[in-house]
Amino acid sequence: MHNELNDLYQELILDHKRHPRNFRDMPDATRAVDGHNPLCGDQLRIYVRLHEGLIEDVSFLGAGCAISIASASMLTEALKGQSIETAQALFGQMHDMLTNDQSTVDPGSLGKLGVLSGVRDYPSRVKCASLCWHTLKAALDGDKDTISTE
Amino acid sequence: MSTSSAAPTLHASTWDVECIRADFPTLNQQVHGHPLAYLDNGATTQKPQVVIDTLTRYYQNDNANVHRGVHLLAERATRDYEAAREQVRRFINAASTREIIFVRGTTEAINLVASSFGQRLQAGDEIILTAMEHHANIVPWQLLRERTGVVLRFIPITPQGELELERLPELFNARTRLLACTHVSNALGTINPVEAIIAQAKAYNVPVLLDGAQATPHLRVDVQALDCDFYCFSGHKVFGPTGIGVLYGRETLLESMPPYQGGGDMIRTVSLEKSTFAGLPYKFEAGTPNIGGVIGLGAALAYVMALDGEAVERYEQQLLAYATARLQEVPGLSIIGQAANKVSLVAFVMEDVHPHDLGTILDHEGLAVRGGHHCAMPIMSYYGVPATTRASMAFYNRPDEIDRLFEGLLKARKLLS
Repeated sequence: MHNELNDLYQELILDHKRHPRNFRDMPDATRAVDGHNPLCGDQLRIYVRLHEGLIEDVSFLGAGCAISIASASMLTEALKGQSIETAQALFGQMHDMLTNDQSTVDPGSLGKLGVLSGVRDYPSRVKCASLCWHTLKAALDGDKDTISTE
Repeated sequence: MSTSSAAPTLHASTWDVECIRADFPTLNQQVHGHPLAYLDNGATTQKPQVVIDTLTRYYQNDNANVHRGVHLLAERATRDYEAAREQVRRFINAASTREIIFVRGTTEAINLVASSFGQRLQAGDEIILTAMEHHANIVPWQLLRERTGVVLRFIPITPQGELELERLPELFNARTRLLACTHVSNALGTINPVEAIIAQAKAYNVPVLLDGAQATPHLRVDVQALDCDFYCFSGHKVFGPTGIGVLYGRETLLESMPPYQGGGDMIRTVSLEKSTFAGLPYKFEAGTPNIGGVIGLGAALAYVMALDGEAVERYEQQLLAYATARLQEVPGLSIIGQAANKVSLVAFVMEDVHPHDLGTILDHEGLAVRGGHHCAMPIMSYYGVPATTRASMAFYNRPDEIDRLFEGLLKARKLLS
């Protein structure tokens, strides 16, 4: 009976919730963007330092549910040192995995981020996991200072 | 076929919760392998079988438009529609059915007043609200402020979640035109001392609007005894259908107010140059109304009025006391809203456990609660929390459901912290 729930709250997700990685301010950030989910009050700020097409550093601060904190924490781990191009492609894959019932993205190909695939079965929680990705995209695109899920 | 004859089950004065529960088919189901414990009554209540049957019967036998046809179905629909209006009048003890206006819900009722009553207001006129309002009793007035330049003033709240009434006198002045206040807070459960507020407002000749959305499911309301000028409530929170609600307005005030929406049913004559408007209450009911909803609401109110009101209040207060005591045993849990007078609603936050996660975890235990800002973001910022979890109980809830909530909270704490 609790298998379903354990799909959502896997140990890796709980670990990132309890000990979020790169959970810090970044005074020399190239961009900082605020993400807000007004439905549940989740608030994140994502910082990126970009240099010659690379994400040299990425960090975040904020408050939210376990899924949103863990998702943001795993995002920073996955993207540090990656190219902006890779990050944009990963955004597309994450978005598809989280929101598309017919998604062909193999969670196994996404490394640790694949554990978030269970969120798709909880429609009311998808935005918790995707908030940080939309915020990151705004930081990379440089077109907005704040984004909202609504 | 009429609404008022839709007989609810009669119950003895000692509260037989199993007998009551048998009237509510939705309660009898499994959720994720557990019996449903529905503790989200502040969001919407479940419907007794008599309401479901009334809706079905209307659509199966009587469906016709009201106030128009001379055929039998139209007569039946009109008769039942107007019988429901009389049922509403009795429910809140209004002086006349002319004072009962059907709207979509509390939100539309307040918007109607803000739009119509507000049309007479001018820049610099003032409206008093409180810091514990639902967005439905804030945003319409902010929109009015943008249209007309009225000034909004707010009665502050205390950390216990009560209004700071000693601050009220200083908010009145010669430009005060209305005081709009919630009867019961949806986010805190506080029952406001509306009698005292109305008495003060009367001393300044200021009309009072009460948002009764959270009061009507729990308290017996008498608008004449309260001496309020407007009273708003929603059908779905008082065991009736969604999409139907009531605006009560004092007849003399309603008479002086312009129509809210224009259309059919609200006119007396129409020419291409000019229209004259129908009398009360039709002046405010443009277009084909939610006929099924109105008739269903009538059945819901007949059901509630057949219950022993004192027994309901006593039982709900026992549930509240029990829930408050049990939740206080949960380590790291803080109750938000500890007013001396509350309805059966407990809002809380837990260390290390976000309301959104809690909602999902409790759902897997068959427990339906609400997590979020409860459309009361100013209250969340006052307490410095992004969101709370709210367990809101009705007269069909049982103490063992509170026990299961307690166990669920311990489980969530163990999982997440």
